[in-house]
Amino acid sequence: MTAGEDAMLRLEGVHTDIGRYRILHGVDLIARRGRVTMLLGRNGAGKTTTLRTIMGLWRARQGQIVFDGKSLAALETPHIARLGIAYVPENMGIFGKLTVRENMLLATAPRGFAQPNLDRVLDSFPMLKVKWDSAAGSLSGGQKQMLAIARAIIEPRRLLLIDEPTKGLSPAMVGQLVGALLRLKAEQTTILLVEQNFHVAEAVGDDFAVMDEGRIIHTGAMAALIADKALQHRLLGLSMAAAV
Amino acid sequence: MKGSWRDLLRRWAPYALTPLIILVALPAIGAGPWLTLTVAGLTMGIMLFLVASGLTLIFGLMDVLNFAHAAFVTVGAYVTVTVLRPLVGWTTQTSLMLNLLALLVALIAAAVASGALGFVFERLIIRQVYGAPLRQILITIGALTVIEQLVIVIWGPEALVLPKPASLRGSVFIGSSPIETYRLAALAVGLAVALAMHLFLRRTRLGLVVRAGVENREMVQALGYHIRRVFIGVFMAGTALAGMGGMMWGQYQETVNSQIGDSMTILVFIILIIGGLGSVGGCFIGAILVGLTTNYVGFLAPKLALGSNILLMAAILLWQPRGLFPMAEH
Repeated sequence: MTAGEDAMLRLEGVHTDIGRYRILHGVDLIARRGRVTMLLGRNGAGKTTTLRTIMGLWRARQGQIVFDGKSLAALETPHIARLGIAYVPENMGIFGKLTVRENMLLATAPRGFAQPNLDRVLDSFPMLKVKWDSAAGSLSGGQKQMLAIARAIIEPRRLLLIDEPTKGLSPAMVGQLVGALLRLKAEQTTILLVEQNFHVAEAVGDDFAVMDEGRIIHTGAMAALIADKALQHRLLGLSMAAAV
Repeated sequence: MKGSWRDLLRRWAPYALTPLIILVALPAIGAGPWLTLTVAGLTMGIMLFLVASGLTLIFGLMDVLNFAHAAFVTVGAYVTVTVLRPLVGWTTQTSLMLNLLALLVALIAAAVASGALGFVFERLIIRQVYGAPLRQILITIGALTVIEQLVIVIWGPEALVLPKPASLRGSVFIGSSPIETYRLAALAVGLAVALAMHLFLRRTRLGLVVRAGVENREMVQALGYHIRRVFIGVFMAGTALAGMGGMMWGQYQETVNSQIGDSMTILVFIILIIGGLGSVGGCFIGAILVGLTTNYVGFLAPKLALGSNILLMAAILLWQPRGLFPMAEH
């Protein structure tokens, strides 16, 4: 992947510490506009830390994070979110005591729900209509994941950061989620997606970057990775092979 | 089906506890004193709720256990004395309208003064110790002492008299049960404040952000809300509520001293623990339970009165170890 003009998000030499430990050791990464970039790698490689650093939830100690020409380094998380970046964390970040409606409402602009946006989201996730006034804590894991993604896209976003959305889901739920991600992809939404399930990665990814020990060790087009079994084995090893 | 009954029971039992205690007390006490004690318990509970609700919100949203909260109760009570002195003409007349107007002015003044002090306190002291629980405890206990001493410097060491307005003295009779007029007024005011708080939390966007923040602060920020600004607002509201509680408590006791806030502290912490730290609904039910228990046990077994709320807390924690309405852990 080259640093082309269509880069929506660019990380250059990003180092992040958590407590006394350095987790990211100079991450260089690009997410191109209108494309789905898969961030792959084994557990503990630094994928979640990368997303959290982009959101400002952990501060980068060194390096540049540039979103559509604007540096994010000095911005606080709410400012970053208001630039149009939505984050779906690994634990989904659902407010269990609030209803589905209230969870969604929190992510809307101050005017509240815009009917076309709401219709679009509810068409994509019809389950939410049924559970609209239920406590979000009462949803199943898959339903919570749907809610988390629906909440992220209830307003038009310029970039989605999604962390392992299929983790722990049943195959049926994974199928539904892939369908939703493909719809977002068809709408040209820019997505940086952390995923361990290679089937999901090959279904939705345009580009990929593989992380190991806090660095990006390989980037390229997803099609090239899908076609090259030896590269898959070399880069992703057992952790991905298990999911293939 | 058996499981669903159990779930239903687990869900609704905390709500049923208060009516159950009220009903059980009826045959034990007898109808006449029961009504008097029930109104007294509800009034005490609602006044405690005003103080405790601010503290539980501050803890729930900010993870700050503010041991100086009692100081804001004290400030509210003293400001009431200061405000009502020049309004003595209004409070000594038997006009209910003028009396209530005087109390409203005092209530607003107590809330504004305590809330403003809360703002300064958050900026100067609490802001330095977010995320450091041990330092929070030390600095807020220290601040409590300092504020109480400042109160003595400003208002003097002697207890001050705060007579009830003329038309709120004495009692009205419901059947053969005497009910103190002031208690009815305090109950009405307390319920109105509790309702306003409920509507704010349930019907407004800011209330929604506060409720979400109690569950998961980080995600609230990731959705674009400046949680620090919400913190300041909640801290001010919490201390303003404490000031209102101090006003009503001081007026109820008819004397105010620098320990008036301290006298509520243990009960307030019991309420927080019973209700579930961070839960406003739990705080309301906990406060009512504590008010009723204090009054019922004080009548039935006066020697047990002091320890009754500790026993209540122990019993509830044995049943629900995280309180009646536990919130998410941060």
